[in-house]
Amino acid sequence: MEQQLQQLKEEALTKIQDASTVKELNDVRVAYLGKKGPITDLLKGMGKLPAEERPKMGALVNVVREVVTESLEARMTLLEEEAINAQLAKEAIDVTLPGRPIQTGNHHPLTRVVEEIEDFFISMGYEIAEGPEVEKDYYNFEALNLPKGHPARDMQDSFYISEEVLLRTHTSPVQARTMEAKGGEAIKIICPGKVYRRDNDDATHSHQFTQIEGLVVGENIKMSDLKGTLDLFAKKMFGADREIRLRPSFFPFTEPSVEMDISCFKCGGDGCNVCKKTGWIEILGAGMVHPNVLQMAGYDPAAVTGFAFGMGPERIAMLKNGVEDIRHFYTNDVRFISQFHRSEA
Amino acid sequence: MLVSTKWLNEYVNINGINPADLAEKITRSGIEVDSIIDRSHGMTNVVVGYVKECVKHPEADKLNICQVDVGEETTQIICGAPNIAQGQKVIVARPGAVLPGGMKIKKAKLRGEESNGMICSLQELGIEGKLVAKAYAEGIYVLPQDTIPGENALPLLGLDDTVLEFDLTPNRSDALSMLGVAYEVGAILSQGIALPKIDFTESAEKAEDKLKLRVDAPADNPMYVAKVVKNIKVAESPLWLQNYLMAAGVRPHNNVVDITNYVLMEYGQPLHAFDYDRLGTGEIVVRHAEEGEKITTLDDTERTLNSHNLVITNGKEPVAIAGVMGGANSEVHNGTTTVVIESAYFAPASVRQTSKEVGLRSDASTRFEKGVDPNRVQEAAERAAQLMAELAGGEVLSGSVIVDELDKTAERITISPDYINSRLGMKISMDDMLSILERLKIPTEAINGQLVIEAPTRRQDLRIKEDIIEEVARMYGYDEIPKTLPVSESTPGGLTPYQAKRRIVRQFLEGAGLYQAITYSLTSKEQSQAYALETAPVTELLMPMSEERSILRQSLIPHLLDATTYNVARRIDSVALYETGSVFLGEEEDGLPREVEHVAAVLTGKWVDHAWQGETKKVDFFVMKGIVEGMMERLGLLDGLAFEQAAIDGMHPGRTANIFLNGERIGLVGQIHPTEQKKRDLKETYVMELNLERILSVDTDELLYAPVPRFPSISRDIALVVDSGTSAGTLEAIIRKAGGKLLKDVKLFDLYEGNNVEEGKKSLAFSMTYFDPERTLTDEEVVKAHEKVLNALTNDADAQLRG
Repeated sequence: MEQQLQQLKEEALTKIQDASTVKELNDVRVAYLGKKGPITDLLKGMGKLPAEERPKMGALVNVVREVVTESLEARMTLLEEEAINAQLAKEAIDVTLPGRPIQTGNHHPLTRVVEEIEDFFISMGYEIAEGPEVEKDYYNFEALNLPKGHPARDMQDSFYISEEVLLRTHTSPVQARTMEAKGGEAIKIICPGKVYRRDNDDATHSHQFTQIEGLVVGENIKMSDLKGTLDLFAKKMFGADREIRLRPSFFPFTEPSVEMDISCFKCGGDGCNVCKKTGWIEILGAGMVHPNVLQMAGYDPAAVTGFAFGMGPERIAMLKNGVEDIRHFYTNDVRFISQFHRSEA
Repeated sequence: MLVSTKWLNEYVNINGINPADLAEKITRSGIEVDSIIDRSHGMTNVVVGYVKECVKHPEADKLNICQVDVGEETTQIICGAPNIAQGQKVIVARPGAVLPGGMKIKKAKLRGEESNGMICSLQELGIEGKLVAKAYAEGIYVLPQDTIPGENALPLLGLDDTVLEFDLTPNRSDALSMLGVAYEVGAILSQGIALPKIDFTESAEKAEDKLKLRVDAPADNPMYVAKVVKNIKVAESPLWLQNYLMAAGVRPHNNVVDITNYVLMEYGQPLHAFDYDRLGTGEIVVRHAEEGEKITTLDDTERTLNSHNLVITNGKEPVAIAGVMGGANSEVHNGTTTVVIESAYFAPASVRQTSKEVGLRSDASTRFEKGVDPNRVQEAAERAAQLMAELAGGEVLSGSVIVDELDKTAERITISPDYINSRLGMKISMDDMLSILERLKIPTEAINGQLVIEAPTRRQDLRIKEDIIEEVARMYGYDEIPKTLPVSESTPGGLTPYQAKRRIVRQFLEGAGLYQAITYSLTSKEQSQAYALETAPVTELLMPMSEERSILRQSLIPHLLDATTYNVARRIDSVALYETGSVFLGEEEDGLPREVEHVAAVLTGKWVDHAWQGETKKVDFFVMKGIVEGMMERLGLLDGLAFEQAAIDGMHPGRTANIFLNGERIGLVGQIHPTEQKKRDLKETYVMELNLERILSVDTDELLYAPVPRFPSISRDIALVVDSGTSAGTLEAIIRKAGGKLLKDVKLFDLYEGNNVEEGKKSLAFSMTYFDPERTLTDEEVVKAHEKVLNALTNDADAQLRG
C-alpha cells in the first residue's frame, strides 16, 4: 500500500506538471484529491488495515496529500499568472493611436483682448458700459466737443444714416451717455464695442473695428492718476517690466491729450521690427476730459475732473499675436480663429 | 507738413543737432515726427558737368554722345534725354556713384561707345516726378550757367538736407508754417528765433489808384489785402527757392507763383497772384457765387458753383474760388508784367464747405479751414511783394488795398499755478511756468500770484485754461508727471447680470465646439432681412461705399453663412461658428433703430470626427437643437422652452422649428433650404438664431438645491406604434400629463420606421422613471401610474403597445 501511495504521488505530480491550463489542472485536482479520487479511496480503505498501522498510514496519506496539494497550488498560481499575462498581452493597445478629440471652440481673438482688458479694469473697480452702434450726431460728436464743421471731424469720415444719425465712429458716445445718465455722480467705466468708419478695407484699415475706452470722473482726478492707471494697465497687459511714456497729442474731447507708448515687449526697448527700431510702441490715446465735455453732460468742470483713454483691440491683438493684416479678424477663417484656442495666463 | 531742416535753420539755429535727436525732441514735446527723410540718400560722386559737345550716336537715334567737362577732366557720356544740348550745365553721376533706388553708376559701353557716368534727371536723384518743374519733367535737369563743373551738385540742389515729416494733429495748424515750426523748435531748444526782415522800396504809384476792392461778403471774408507789383519779369525762380519748395513738397512753376507758395510755406498764409491785365477791370469784388455760376480753375476743370461758395471776381465774373483755387482766366503766365497779390482771411467753415463741395483740397484750403493767423495776413502780402521785387525785378506800388473788419485781439487767459499743479498732480514752481511760457513766446505776466496770458493769435489752439496746462506740461515733460491712482470711494465694479450671462453663453457655445465669429454689421439689400426673426424698416447708409455694405443687418445668419462658404471653399469641410451681435430694426421715435442683441450659430460637415474608432457623425438638426437646449439649460430656461415645426423662407420646410420661450417666439433652428445651400456652395448646413437680449433679460429663480434622492426610483420601458405624423413631443406631453407627480423623467430611447412596422406607422420606445422623494414606491403604485400612462397613450394618440 505504501508503494501504491508512492506511485500515486509520482503520478499526480507528473500530471500536475503536465497540466498546461487552469482547467486541466482543475481536472487533475478532481482526479486525485476529489471525493472520488484515489487518495480518498485509500483513506476509505484504511479501515481494512490493522489498527496499529492505521496511524502510520494515515500520516503517510496526509503527507502525500499535502505534497500533491502544494504542488497543485504552486502550479495553479503559475498557470493563473500565465493566463492573466496572456490576457493582458491580448489586451495591449497602440498607445500612439489618436485620442478621441474633445472638440471645443474658442473666443474670437478680439473678444479675448477685450475680456482681458475688461477683467483688469473690473478688478480696479470699473463697470462695463455699452451703448448703441447707430448713434446720434449729438452723442458721437457734439457732446464730445466736436461741433458741426469742426476740422477734427475730418479725422473720422463717418457713415451717416441721416443728417443727425450715424454709425458711431468711436465708443466715446457711451461716455457721453453715461455721464448724462449719471447726472453728476462719480464714474468709473470701460466701454467696449464695435465702431465704423468710412475706410476702404485693406491690411491696416477696416470699415468696422472695435474700440475699448475708459472714463473716470470725480473730484480731484488728476493727470498723474491717468498716468498711474495706464502704467498698471500696461504692466498687466504687456508684462511687468513694461515702461510707459506719454507724448502730447490732440483729441477734441480731452485737454491735455496724450498718446501712450509702451517699451517694446519684443525687444525690451533695444529696437526691433515690432517697434520699428524705436524701442517704443504706441498703444493708446488718452487725456483729461475737456471741460466742455463735462459741462455738456451736466458736470461742473470747476468741481469735478476726469480722465479718459481709448485703444483698439485689433491693434493690440496684432501686436501681441503678430497678426499682420486687420482683415483676418473679419474673414472668420476657422484656420485663423482656432489658433487662439490656447489659454494664456 | 514737410519741414526742411536746412530751411528751418534760417529761423532757428539747429546747426550741430542730429536730425533724429531733433525729431525725437519735437515728438516728445508735442508734434509727432512721422519720418526723417535724408534727401541726399547717401549719394556721392554727383557733380556739375558742362556739355562741351553733343553729337548724335551713329548707331542709335535716341542717344547722344556728349563730351562733358566734370572739372578734373573732360569725359565722354552717352545720354538719351530728349532735352540734352551742347552748352548746358548738367548733373553728372560719375562712376562709383550710387543713386537712390540702388542704381550703381559704372563705366559702360552703349552701342559701342564708351560712357563714363550718367547725366541725371531730378527723378534719378530721388525727387518725386510730380515735384519736378514741368520743363524738366521729361528729361534731364539743366542747372544755371553760373555753376562750376566738378562742383558737388547736391548742395546746389538742396539735397544736402534732411526733411522731417510732421504728422500734425488738427489743433496745431500753427505748425503748418516754417515760422510756426521755428517757434516750436525755438521753445524746445530754449532759443530765440530770427523772423524774416521785410524791407523793400515802393514806387511812387499807389496801389489803390491802380486797383479797386470791394468785399460784399464780410462774414466769410473779413479781411482782404491786395498789393500790386508791376514790371515783373516772369522767369524760373532761383535754385534755392525751387529747392525749398521741392523739399516742402511743392512743384516749382515760375518766380511769381513760387514766391506765393514760398510765403504760404513760410507764414502759413495762403496767397494768390492774379495777372492784373488779365483781370481786365482793375477791380476785385469778393462775393458769393450766383447759383450755377461757372469757373474754370487753374487745373483746367470747369466747376459749377453754389450760392454759398465765396468767389473772387473782377466785378463781372469769378476769377478764383476764394481760398481754394485760382481761375485759369487770370492766371500768371510768361508774359505777365503786373501782378496783384492777394492775402486774405477767409472764414474756415466757408472754405471747408466749398473745398469739400468742389472736391479740391489744396495747401491753401487746408490752412484756411483751420484758421490762419489774423496778424500775419498783411505781413505775408508784404513779404511776397518784397520777394517779387528781389527775385522777379518787380516794382511794388506803394501801400495796399485793404478791407479789414477782422478781430485780431489776443485771447486773455488767467490761471493760477495751483490750478495747473492740481490738474497735473505736480508741483511745478511759478518761475518754471513763466520760463516755459517765455520760451514759447507766449506773453505772460504774473499778477497777484496768477498767470495772466495773452495767447498769441498764431496759436489758435490756446483758448482755455486747460490749453495752458498742456503747454506747461508738455514743455516741462510728461515724464515728470508722477504715477498715482484715483482716490475715490471704492466701488465694487464688475459685470452686469446681462454681461455676465452673455459671457456664459459664449463659454457654453465654445465648450460645445463652436468658434466665435465676428462678421460685419453692414450688408447688402438682398441679405439685410434674410432669415430675420423679426423684420422692420431697414436702416440704410446715406453714402455707402459699396452696395455690399449699404444696409444694417436684421439677422446674423447671412454673414455666418458667408463665412461658412468662405471656409468650405478652402476645404475646411466642417465648420462650427457662432456670433453674438446686434441686429438693427426700424426707426424708433428718437431717430435711432432698435438694436437687439442676437446669438446665432451655423454648423456644417461632421460633428463627431473620430473615424478610426468608427465614430463619425454628420451634423443634423438634433445637434443644433441640442446646442440650443444645452444653452438654455445652462441659463436655467429649459422649462419654458418649446420647438414647433415652422415654414421660414430660405429654410428646409421639413427641418425647421420656431423656438418659443414661455410661449413667446425667441428664435429659429433648422436646415438651410437645399436650393439656398446650393447657391452658397454648401452641403447640409444648419443654423440657429435667438434673440439674446430677450433670453438674458428673463429673471430666473434663485438656485435652490433639491435633496439628493434617498429612495430608489423605478424604471419602466414601453414601445409604441403610432401614426408617422404623431410627433414625439406630443407623446411625451401625454406621458408627462398622465404620469402625474410620481413620473420623474421620460426619455425617448428608440425610434424606428421600416420592416416589421406597418406602412404609415412608426415605433417609438420611451423609458419612464417613477420616483417619490419621501419613500420607496411600491410595485402597486408604479403599476397604477404606469397604466394611466398607457391608457392615455392609447386613447389620446391611438398608440398601440408593442411586445
